[in-house]
Amino acid sequence: MILFVLKRVALTGLMLFGLVCITFTVSNVAPSDPAALAAGPDATRDMVETIRREYGLDRPLPEQFVRYLGGLLQGDLGRSIVTTRPVTQDLARYFPATLELVLLSMTLGVLVGVPMGMVSAVLKNRAPDHATRFVAVSLVALPAFWFGILLQLLFSVQLEWLPTSGRLEVATPPPPPLTGMLLFDSLASGQWATFGDALSHAVLPALVLSFPCLASILRVNRAEMIEVLGSDYVTAARAHGISRLRVVCVLALRNAMLPTLAIIGLRWGWMLGSTVLVETVFDWPGIGLYAVSSAIAGDFKPVMGVTLLIGLNFMIANLIVDILYGVLDPRLRTAP
Amino acid sequence: MTALLDISDYRLAFDGFEGRAHVLDGIDLRVAAGESVGIVGETGCGKSVLARSITRLVDTPPGRVLSGHIRFAGEDVLAMDQRALARLRGHGVAMIFQDPMTYLNPVFSIGSQLIDVIRAHDRAAGQRMRPRVAARAAAAEVLGAVRLPEPDRLLDRYPHELSGGMRQRVLIAMALTGTPRLLVADEPTTALDVTIQAQVLRLIGELVAERGLALLLISHDLGVIGALCRRIVVMYAGTVVEDADAAALFDRPRHPYTRGLLAAVPDLARPDHRARPIPGHIPNLLAPPPGCRFHPRCPLAVARCIAEKPALREVDGRRVACHRAEDIAA
Repeated sequence: MILFVLKRVALTGLMLFGLVCITFTVSNVAPSDPAALAAGPDATRDMVETIRREYGLDRPLPEQFVRYLGGLLQGDLGRSIVTTRPVTQDLARYFPATLELVLLSMTLGVLVGVPMGMVSAVLKNRAPDHATRFVAVSLVALPAFWFGILLQLLFSVQLEWLPTSGRLEVATPPPPPLTGMLLFDSLASGQWATFGDALSHAVLPALVLSFPCLASILRVNRAEMIEVLGSDYVTAARAHGISRLRVVCVLALRNAMLPTLAIIGLRWGWMLGSTVLVETVFDWPGIGLYAVSSAIAGDFKPVMGVTLLIGLNFMIANLIVDILYGVLDPRLRTAP
Repeated sequence: MTALLDISDYRLAFDGFEGRAHVLDGIDLRVAAGESVGIVGETGCGKSVLARSITRLVDTPPGRVLSGHIRFAGEDVLAMDQRALARLRGHGVAMIFQDPMTYLNPVFSIGSQLIDVIRAHDRAAGQRMRPRVAARAAAAEVLGAVRLPEPDRLLDRYPHELSGGMRQRVLIAMALTGTPRLLVADEPTTALDVTIQAQVLRLIGELVAERGLALLLISHDLGVIGALCRRIVVMYAGTVVEDADAAALFDRPRHPYTRGLLAAVPDLARPDHRARPIPGHIPNLLAPPPGCRFHPRCPLAVARCIAEKPALREVDGRRVACHRAEDIAA
């Protein structure tokens, strides 16, 4: 098991290197001049050249790449031209907001998707199953940016139940920073009003982000549950008089959770990527919004930083999934 | 004598895309307390579905009971509610299945699975479920009862770490955790090596004798049935065609199908004597042949066999469903 984890960690390092190569190449073929954009429209040639030198943009690409790699090894992702702060500092500031959103959405997706998949499987081909599947297909099909705006129009503009955007009202004092996740921090310090306000801001973006994930968890879990419920060991458990509740919710679910877990791991990475859209729609100050505003400004160090952070997250999530596989399935524990 | 298990005129069909398959067509079968009965027949003749019907394990839909009743110890199984059904499954009818690999849950330890069964039986008996720790001792005890060595260590192991024979013993142990009166064994040795088969059969025989259980042993192998059962029921395409004492059946089969079945068994004592398979195929149950379901393959079929379904009737001290039972040479 330890050997397995070590191997996977080594592999993760290799994949990260690949990711660095790709992001570096992609950001440098983009036809824009970050130095000129940073200097502004009225800047003189000299000013642009100064900025170019200051950020090392005048060096040949291979040299820039080696310097970037060297920085990476020391935990330096370069400096953002727009915010003028080191990218790592910006990420530390924006990432908790994104993590909060993604954790909330994933919790929602799992807590709703898994039970709905189970109900759907038990009531296979009956009305609730058809209804669930219809909803699931629709949720996957709705584009996040469009659906998000629709929800804003309904709940924020028409009904005025929920705020349109941001993380907190201007008047609400933020909780003492602990993790940077407002929901968690306000709970930890017992600031209920702040928690309520933060939650009301998070509901809509979390919903929009969770729907496609919820739908795919539901569909996979339903399919797996149907297969497992038809298996011989479920028949045997029933033959021995074990209650239907225990058969479905414990004995069958643990088997069905294996493929569902894989989907959760994949969806985790997908969700982090989707924050780019959702955070833009809801003006949520996370790494997605940061990446978008940096990209628009032609500022590529932050974009690369965000890409690497998401990639790393995705790899860690899948490593955790693989370890959980071993926890759930004893056959994998003894496998070489 | 009232029968422990009493199945009469039981008809079961499955509704599918292609239509309705008439899988069981008027089954009549009685098993007395303590009696060992074997059911033999080809693959697809409805043996396993019949076994599952006894504890109502056939899902409806897609299954559909068209007629008949199943009584166990005088109680109507088809009318039981979930509570009564749980009691029946724990303390009335226990089942052993064919493939011990697929009938054990791969992701739970042997102990965990046994403890689940033990606790389910507690509840079915109307008692408080004992805590899992307390049930563990009982689980180790039943593993010992099926002659498995080191039951305590075995409890923490998983199905994939056990051999086929051990797994089948675990399944037998599971079946015996309650207080069953009838043991239904559905092809219990088919998936096992020949040497292990003999051990498992002997174990089943010993346990049935020790506990005074009735046994319903289902197999396509006449040798397996002959080893444990005094009475044999022959099934063909969802019907009972002959029901006789084992000795009488082997000696003087009265149904053409039974005769064909016996002739299809290779005889080791006479290696020059080739086994003769029954010509033709098992019928399509979506559109079963009219009258006797065996008539398309029967060498003795006459017009009446197509027109009229033969009922089970007493002939020569047994029950046979054949219009021409008397014409078959003894």
